[in-house]
Parts: sequence; C-alpha cells; structure tokens
Amino acid sequence: MIVQTKSVRFDSISLDGGSTVAPVDVAYQSYGVLNAARSNAILVSHAFSGDAHAAGISPETGKPGWWDNMIGPGKAFDTNKYFVLCSNVLGGCRGTTGPSSVNPATGKPYAMSFPIITIGDMVRLQKMLVEHLGIQRLLAATGGSMGGMQALEWAVAYPGMVASAIPIATTARHSAQQIAFDEVGRQAVMADPDWAGGDYYDKNPPARGLSVARMVGHITYMSDDSMREKFGRRLRNRDEFGSDFEAEFEVESYLRYRGSQFVYRFDANSYLYITKAMDYFDLANGCASLAQALERATARFLVISFTSDWLYPSYQSQEIVNALRSRNKDVAYCELNSNYGHDAFLVDVGEQTEMVRGFLARVAREEGVL
Amino acid sequence: MTLEKPRRGFVREVLGRSDYAIISELIEPNTKVLDLGCGDGDLLAWLAENKNVEGRGIEISSARVQRAIARGVSVYQGDIDQGLADYPDQAFDYVILSQTLQETRQPLKVLSDILRAGRRAIVAFPNFGHWRVRLAHLASGRSPRTALFPHEWYSSPNIHFLTVLDFEELARRENWTIERRIFLAGHRELSVLPNLLAEVAVFLIRK
Repeated sequence: MIVQTKSVRFDSISLDGGSTVAPVDVAYQSYGVLNAARSNAILVSHAFSGDAHAAGISPETGKPGWWDNMIGPGKAFDTNKYFVLCSNVLGGCRGTTGPSSVNPATGKPYAMSFPIITIGDMVRLQKMLVEHLGIQRLLAATGGSMGGMQALEWAVAYPGMVASAIPIATTARHSAQQIAFDEVGRQAVMADPDWAGGDYYDKNPPARGLSVARMVGHITYMSDDSMREKFGRRLRNRDEFGSDFEAEFEVESYLRYRGSQFVYRFDANSYLYITKAMDYFDLANGCASLAQALERATARFLVISFTSDWLYPSYQSQEIVNALRSRNKDVAYCELNSNYGHDAFLVDVGEQTEMVRGFLARVAREEGVL
Repeated sequence: MTLEKPRRGFVREVLGRSDYAIISELIEPNTKVLDLGCGDGDLLAWLAENKNVEGRGIEISSARVQRAIARGVSVYQGDIDQGLADYPDQAFDYVILSQTLQETRQPLKVLSDILRAGRRAIVAFPNFGHWRVRLAHLASGRSPRTALFPHEWYSSPNIHFLTVLDFEELARRENWTIERRIFLAGHRELSVLPNLLAEVAVFLIRK
C-alpha cells in the first residue's frame, strides 16, 4: 500500500516557553477510514528519530513505515477497524516545522533561533491536527519511547480527548543516565566544526558529529545479548586484525553505516532540540508527585515494557503503573520478554500485538465504537 | 451462563471450578473487583460478562498477563506480596484471593492489605485439615500428598499450610467479621465438620 504524506498549515502555535511559531506546518500520514462518528481514530506518535511514515510503503523511498508491522489490515492497529494517524513532531525535519524550516521573518532557516520546544508543545500541535480533522476524541494515543511520552502527555493534558493510552518502552521522566546519553549525542554534534553554531544550512552539515551521535544512540537501542547475537566479535572482510583502525569488527562497520545513513535523513539541529525536549519532559512537572499529575487522566491505560530494554528500563514503566494504581485508574501492565533491548517495541511485536489488539477491542466496545 | 439456583447442597461449576461458582455468587453485580493471582483473567472476564463487574487483576506470570490483557481484562504484572500497597483505601468492593493464600510469603500482611484496599475480601484456600491429608501424613510419615495437595515438598508452590480452624482463629484474633463461610467437598456444600471434611473453604470477610 503506497501512502502519501499530507501536510496542513496553521497560522501559529503558542509554546510552553512563552513564544510562538508562525506559521507552523504539520506533516502526517493516515491509514484506514475515519468512521462517520469520527470515533475510531488512533494517534500514533513516533520516537525520537521517526517520522510521519509509520506504515505502508513510501512512494519516494519504497520503504515500509517504522511501525508497519503493527499498523495495517489485521495487525495490532487494525486499519480495517480503526483510522490511524501519525504526524511528524514539532521541531522535526521531516515535513513539520523545525529548526531547518525557513523563518518567514528573515527568509533563512531558523537554525538555533528556533524556540525551545517541549513534549507538551509537540502534543499541542498534534491536538491542532486532530481537531482540524474533525476528531473530538481519540480512541487511543500510543507510541514507543518518545512516542510513549507523547501518549502520556495526551492523557494528562487533554484527558477528555483520549479514551485510552498505550505508552510503550517509555518513561514519565528521563533519568540522569538518559540525559547523559542525550548530552553525549548533542556534544558530538556541537563539537563538529561543520556545526558552526547551527548555521550550516548553506554549507556542509555536521555529518561526522551527527553520525557519532547516532552511533551512540544505536548502542543504547540494542542489548548486550542482541549485539552478541548479531555481531559477536566477528570481523568483516578479513581474517586477522588489520591494526589500521578501519571498521574491522562487524559491530564497528554496522554502527558506522547506521551513523553515515542517518545524516541523509536527519537534521543536526533537530537532533539538539528534540533530545532537549525529551530531557526536559517530566510528567509530574508542577505537581507534588507523578500520582497527582496522573489524577486528571481518565483514559484506560495499557503500559508495556521489555526485559532487555536498559535505556527505558521496566522500573520506569512500573513507576507510571504504580502511580496510576495509587489513584485507582484503569491500568494494565506487562513486561514482555525480549532480547532486542529498547528496539523491541519496533521489531519484536508478536506478543505486543496480541495485547494491543485485545485492549483496543475492549476500549472500542466500551466506547461504543464498532 | 445463567445463575440458576442449584440443587440444595450441590454446587455447580463456573469455568470448571466450584470455588469460582461460590465466589461469583458472593459478588454483587455492578461492583468493582480486584482478583489477586488472576491467571489468564478467566474469572474477571466471566464477572464482567455476567455481573457487569469492573475487574482488575494482579498476576506474576508474564505469559498469563499477556493472555488476560489480550482478552480485554485489566491485569497488572506484579507480586501480590508487594503489589497491594499502591492501591488507595477501599478502592474495591471485593478483593478475591482464590487458592493463593497458601502461596504468599506473608499471608497476614497480604490479608491486612486486602482488607485495606477492599471493603470485603473473598478468600478461598485448600483445607490442610482435611481427613485425607491427616491420614496421608499419619500413614506415610512423609509430607502429605493428596489430590488437593499433589506436589512434592521440594516443588510445591504452597509454603503455608492452613486449616479451616486456623483461618477462623486468625479472623477472631484480628477482629475480622466473617460474613459468609462456605465449605466444599467436590461439588457438595458441607454443613458439618468442615475442618475434617472440607477440601476447599471460601470466606467472605470484612474488617
């Protein structure tokens, strides 16, 4: 199924930081059919480096979407039943306004003059899109990793608009370790002379810095087991050590390849802004506790974590679940067995599919959506 | 499945279990129920369907939690020895502990937590005072193995062995009110000598 990315422009958006961005474009894709009552919509939010292309085949690249194994006819997010929507985040570089977009006031890319954005801002823009499409209430808000943060933010910021939330492999706030990894990535970008204070749009982008940042990221997405399975200590195209600092281990070659590919599809300044938004995110912000923050939520929750995910470990999901239980909210939780580390929510989807399907069927039944 | 009045003294089954039949009779419709050690969510799904109960479950096995969630039951993967603390006071009309008390590490703490989180508790357990258990122990001189307690001592999930009398005494000591007590032998409901004849005891208690 070939899917087109659509785009809608809004006059402006006000941000948590007090400033506004005007105008603002949102790139999105949708799958399935919105029913007459507009009650079968599911919003999928992408993770840090994702985009609006969540499912189907892109006409430009010929590649399937990042959650194509979860979204489609008969899949977990069954497009025979539901209308599934995914948009590129504010601050992104895949069609939605971000630092690489042209600032109409200057005629040049915003670069580092782009205002600081938050997960709350991303969700506010999603809400504008959802309302633009005539949807009053989402059947579910879901996503993994940073997408899960957005699902949580939806449940707390707009409780009347979400019947359920499915945050996967995520957290209500970054730990010091998560902030640390993000900071290494940012420093790798900023240490590249080509970054040039963010003003590189008419020159060479900071490809080396961004590539190193992505290499670090990829390590955190895998697990010790999955790396051992996938690469071990195998050498690539040679039998002995070359002592020449080329990419001789397969794992080195893999990381270099992933890093080098990333720079073609991702903007270095977006990397800085979006990682910062994740680091700033704290669902309990302004509240005495996480439980108090979740007090407002009325959605039914399905929380999923994975045993080998050390980037977003299960204890962070359990914090969310325990806070919900302490307010007597409707929450289901399971820690799934997987060797795939943080990537599990993208690649190891068999058990996740069964749970999401059953959970959604119940929510749809209780909401009177057929 | 409809709830017709069973023959006197005869307990029909719900989902193949006579203790489930008793439990489902004790629970009023349109209530909020927490099932501890809920397995695949069989009972909760049945209660939702037949009594419009709003159900939640706690289960430790990931595979069972997955199956429960896949059928639309809100189950939380966790340990009931610890998992109850987070619920607010009187969050549920009933908390069910079916055939699990003897497997908990701290039964008294679990029972106290249950009676805090729930207005009422329904506790079902296999009676270690049953005559077959007594006889098996006396005759063999080994850890008793019966149909009710089929496990070898080294692989048994049961770590506390209690009888009907033990439970009644604890309830007295803790000042719990026993609202109903039902004793089962096979599919028969007993009215005499429960500590000797009951295979399974079901208590409806409150603080």
